[in-house]
Amino acid sequence: MSTVAADDHHDHVESPYSIKRWLFTTNHKDIGTLYLWFSLIMFFIGGFMALIIRTELFEPGMQFVDPQFFNSMTTMHAIIMVFGVVMPAFTGLANWLIPMMVGATDMALPRMNNWSFWILPFAFTMMLSTLFMDGGGPAGGWTLYPPLTLQTGDALPFVILSIHFMGLSSIMGAINVIATVLNMRAPGMTLMKMPLFVWTWLITAYLLIAVMPVLAGGVTMLLTDKFFGTSFFNAAGGGDPVLFQHIFWFFGHPEVYILILPSFGVISSIVPTFARKPLFGYASMVYATGSIAFLSFIVWAHHMFTVGMPLAGQLFFMFATMLIAVPTGVKVFNWIATMWRGAMTFETPMLFALGFIVMFSIGGFSGLMLALAPVDFQYHDTYFVVAHFHYVLVPGSIFAIVASVYYWLPKWCGNMYSEGLGKLHFWLSTIFVNITFFPMHFVGLAGMPRRIPDYALQFSDFNALATIGAFGFGFSQLIFLYVVIKAIRGGEKATSQVWENAEGLEWTLSSPPPYHSFTTPPVIK
Amino acid sequence: MAQAETSYYVPHGSHWPIIGSVAVCTLMVGFANYLNGVSWGTPTMMVGLAILLFMLFGWFGTVIRENEAGAYNEQVDLSFRWGMFWFIFSEVMFFAAFFGALFYARQYSIPWLSGEGSGVATNTFLWSGFEGSWPHAANGPENIGGDYKPMPAWGLPAINTAILLTSGATLTWAHHALKANHRAQLIIGLFLTVALGAIFMVLQGVEYVEAYQHLGLTLGSGIYGTTFFMLTGFHGMHVTIGAIILAVILFRCIAGHFTPDRHFGFEGAAWYWHFVDVVWLGLFIFVYWL
Ligand code: HEM
Ligand SMILES: [Cu+2]
Repeated sequence: MSTVAADDHHDHVESPYSIKRWLFTTNHKDIGTLYLWFSLIMFFIGGFMALIIRTELFEPGMQFVDPQFFNSMTTMHAIIMVFGVVMPAFTGLANWLIPMMVGATDMALPRMNNWSFWILPFAFTMMLSTLFMDGGGPAGGWTLYPPLTLQTGDALPFVILSIHFMGLSSIMGAINVIATVLNMRAPGMTLMKMPLFVWTWLITAYLLIAVMPVLAGGVTMLLTDKFFGTSFFNAAGGGDPVLFQHIFWFFGHPEVYILILPSFGVISSIVPTFARKPLFGYASMVYATGSIAFLSFIVWAHHMFTVGMPLAGQLFFMFATMLIAVPTGVKVFNWIATMWRGAMTFETPMLFALGFIVMFSIGGFSGLMLALAPVDFQYHDTYFVVAHFHYVLVPGSIFAIVASVYYWLPKWCGNMYSEGLGKLHFWLSTIFVNITFFPMHFVGLAGMPRRIPDYALQFSDFNALATIGAFGFGFSQLIFLYVVIKAIRGGEKATSQVWENAEGLEWTLSSPPPYHSFTTPPVIK
Repeated sequence: MAQAETSYYVPHGSHWPIIGSVAVCTLMVGFANYLNGVSWGTPTMMVGLAILLFMLFGWFGTVIRENEAGAYNEQVDLSFRWGMFWFIFSEVMFFAAFFGALFYARQYSIPWLSGEGSGVATNTFLWSGFEGSWPHAANGPENIGGDYKPMPAWGLPAINTAILLTSGATLTWAHHALKANHRAQLIIGLFLTVALGAIFMVLQGVEYVEAYQHLGLTLGSGIYGTTFFMLTGFHGMHVTIGAIILAVILFRCIAGHFTPDRHFGFEGAAWYWHFVDVVWLGLFIFVYWL
């Protein structure tokens, strides 16, 4: 009974230094904070692995690490960045923002919310511990294709089960988002009045629930093929290794939209604020997001053009993929139209948002090139692909996450961040990210394969350049860490409005907002 | 039962989730070590399982107590409904992966290995002479797992179909009784449902013994045995879980829980049972029958 009555004293907040507060919390803001810090820590771990890769690739020949370890670095780097950085960061943002944006007290299912987060440290400890096992960490690439992945040593079952564990966390997180959006909106907050961040997350959550279980099924099949004598991916037994690729990419392509759709929501919040104009084409943004989500289910085999596919299949997947450019183009058009004749200012969040629009589009264009089946025969598994997906992920997803931190941090902690350092962070990141990834287009087109620790001499200069860029980018992120900690510890007080023209319910709450967001639902005009 | 509160119930801190993480992690580490042939794998798994059970009892117990104390208003109820609905959807997608593997094997990999379409070269050069077919000779060109006979549909599986369909009906009957406040009928209906579920599982067990001992059909019987046992196995696991959930609901009904208009716990369990039922129909048609 006492647990039930406890709800009445909700103003009592435990000290931030109490371990129990963080372990047991059911509060959306605490959980959001945990997600965001977890993501930042994993970003430095995953980034450290990227630097090991880049160090080895600084010049041709084998210098620092052995090939097995090199391969496990690419594999782990990718899994960490995808499941440990971008997804948790967006879930953290969802936790912080969605209840405030829809006028709710908290997330719909607060205890499950805690579990979604507290799975992650366990899952990633399991994953990282495989580096110390017999046979080393997983080294078959994050796509886990059999039969190669089945040659992993002792690490295999740990990797597979940790992926199950991460999937459990994402599914529960997604269920929570959907329940919150569908059930916790303040009266008058109709679906078509919701901020786009909420819309994009609603659709992302749907994608998560639809595809994470498919990945779980796929890796379960790997597990049983290895340990229980099944023949899913064994041609001798009537199965087919290509089946895994279909299952993986049925998950994988929607997954890349899981990594980008919330960014679209973020950019759609930031651009109107600093252009001092309402978002152009709200409804078309919603429909574009929906179309992208729908199309993401029918394009997966564009990752498999070189595997061997009937001509009709090649054509279908090629055209379906190119179709995605239409709703994506609608979005980019709308952002630009929002800025058209706006009274623009360029604070750090806006700079990152603009960087996003430009560089994400570059990644989009190289994606279109890869969508052309005949051309992809040439590009497949080269550094051109690495360049492509890093353009959409680093100056795409990561920039959007960083932009949202700068944008909402004053709201979260009540203090302004240092604008000068923020701008420095932006310019260094933008310069170095291009130095890192732009040359990869050239070496890729010239035929340098991905996932190799050594390469032919003619690729040396661009690789050296990319490595310099990577180190520059990595160290620039320490500025970000410093800015965030500094703002949390003090600084100029933020008003509740923070940004002159920002719209949305979160800006009606104090900075920092009360522990429970809206205990009585706000009135929505 | 107490009056439902007007404000949305946000529980205070809870230690159950972190216990859940420790439990699942221990279970997984134990399982992985067992698979790697480490001796302490199995005991570790058992410890993990014990902690997991403790967590489930504690967590669900807390929710049930809060519910009985009237902490949950209609809006909380609706959150649970959405939660359950999307959880079941995720389960549907999990099964979809395995059904996908089944269709792929039947439509593509077996025919290709037998030289159909673009598989001519594969068949000629790698597996010359292999003529696969479904459900006979579907264990691949190397006859993995040895000769086997497929499981016929119109014996036990057909009886099991009837049993599961009947259990769906008894469950609906119990639901109507709950809404009409006929508690005795409710308890009988639920009891019958759980009993039918248990009978189903026993018959599934008989069928597995039959497969292993008389048909030569095992998990290792190429892609046929693989898809057969993985699909029916995961389904059986879900039936077991569903029956346990329904048994808990049965005890709660006996203890006087639920009212004619507030009984999400019952409904959530019922949705789950119907989902398990529908998956079985898919299994019966595509694994056993066609
Ligand atoms: C922070 C700067 C980053 C750097 C310098 C970097 C660098 C690299 C490098 C050098 C590779 C190996 C390419 C190869 O040998 O084939 C790689 C692979 C990869 N990275 Fe990154 N990366 C960064 C951030 C990210 C982020 C944020 C993500 C995802 C959200 C990401 C996702 C991937 C993926 C999916 C792969 C493919 C791994 C595989 O081949 O299995 N990276 N990255
Ligand atoms: Cu794709």
